[in-house]
Amino acid sequence: MLTEFGRVFLFFLVGLVFVAGGLIFAWLLRPNRPYPSKLTTYECGESPIGDTRVRFNIRFYVIALIFIIFDVEVVFLFPWATVFKELGWFAFIEMFVFLTILFVGYAYVWRNGDLDWDKPEPKIPKYEKGVGVRETHLMEEEVVA
Amino acid sequence: MKEFLIDILQNEILVYVLMAAVPLVWIIPFALFAVWWERKISAHMQDRLGPMRTGGWHGWAQTIADILKLIQKEDIIPAAADRKLFNLAPYVVFVGSFAAYAAIPFSAAYVGSEINIGLFYILAVSSFVVVGLLMAGWASNNKWSLFGAMRAAAQIVSYEIPVALSLLAVVMIVGTFDLQEINRAQSGYFWNWFVFQKFPLLFVAATIYFVASLAEVNRTPFDIPEAESELVAGYHTEYGGMKFALLFLAEYANMFAVSAIAATVFFGGWNSPFGDFMSGPVWGLFWFISKGMAFIFVHMWLRWTLPRLRVDQLMYVGWKVLIPFSFVIVLGVGFWVMLAR
Repeated sequence: MLTEFGRVFLFFLVGLVFVAGGLIFAWLLRPNRPYPSKLTTYECGESPIGDTRVRFNIRFYVIALIFIIFDVEVVFLFPWATVFKELGWFAFIEMFVFLTILFVGYAYVWRNGDLDWDKPEPKIPKYEKGVGVRETHLMEEEVVA
Repeated sequence: MKEFLIDILQNEILVYVLMAAVPLVWIIPFALFAVWWERKISAHMQDRLGPMRTGGWHGWAQTIADILKLIQKEDIIPAAADRKLFNLAPYVVFVGSFAAYAAIPFSAAYVGSEINIGLFYILAVSSFVVVGLLMAGWASNNKWSLFGAMRAAAQIVSYEIPVALSLLAVVMIVGTFDLQEINRAQSGYFWNWFVFQKFPLLFVAATIYFVASLAEVNRTPFDIPEAESELVAGYHTEYGGMKFALLFLAEYANMFAVSAIAATVFFGGWNSPFGDFMSGPVWGLFWFISKGMAFIFVHMWLRWTLPRLRVDQLMYVGWKVLIPFSFVIVLGVGFWVMLAR
């Protein structure tokens, strides 16, 4: 006798068996002739420069942190959503207060600029009389030089 | 379907295993068809013909030829890669997307598992895919792969909140996560579908869900994780052969899963649009798959309609547009339900 979650587990098993079966089937058919230059990392045909695992933009981490807060809050919302009709106005206002607290944090994060990502700043070509259209940064360099 | 099979086979476990394999029987032909279909749609939208030769009629056998080639292809694991994670990633990605099918009701007679938290389970288990993508990107030890994986993770994580909240709006009306119950609540004519209920709140919720689900499956205009013109192929740059095929299959399986959820939650699932006309378990399967395929078609259509968003625009849409709107929808639906009680 299987419970309903046992059947969910069967789905995981079927998925695993399918992937393993596919890979084993391919392993029986495919050739295997590696040599060093075949096994190099792809970098547009050049030899790879430096290590891939460099320090990463902190924003990915900040987004992940904000996501966890929102996700936990969504997890709280889900059981509430199934029963709030029976619980009446009290539960509804409770959740409203809870969301307001979250909203304060959200407004803070927004104001703090943690939701903004770096925007590209386009260099707009400038027209000067007699000079023509040139890249502004080129002109600045000329001034410095 | 369950009782019927148990009657025939007299073995409950065998029946459950068979029922767990049913979505696989759908996913594989679907992926083979959808890849060909996408190429044809892309081609015709650009005034080209697309594959025309393999198999005779409009190149229908093109993807079958492709998969035969991929099976025979040498499996290259770069020397710099982390072999264990590199090999593990296709398992995690595919199992994560396949497990979501356990709670998707294909028809009134078939759902993989009758758990009462179906929708919640799907949201939870589809997050597995993020882990797999990060694993693939990190293990490849390739700059394109790592960039693609990091972007994919940030994007999927950001758009999970609007997805969850827009589905929550429907859960608040029905009061259950069971997708079969949600289907039954939409029976009758098509104006009973949730997309037309509590107008315009749930219509906006359906729109938010659709936009966010595009981002969840990394489709254009949210395809920056795989942006061909900047990142080669994103997280699967280093994958080839069968492993690539499995990652690709998982991607199409995910596409159908999000479309199926949109069809089930907002568009009546296996319900016929015309009440009792053409309804029943078999017609249910037909309606469910037609609705899912209609969404898939829109996915493909959008790919040639909208340009790719930049990373900052993507984050802007996710965090500053979709999330506030979905909170407003949730509160609005809550008020409506409380007042109409």
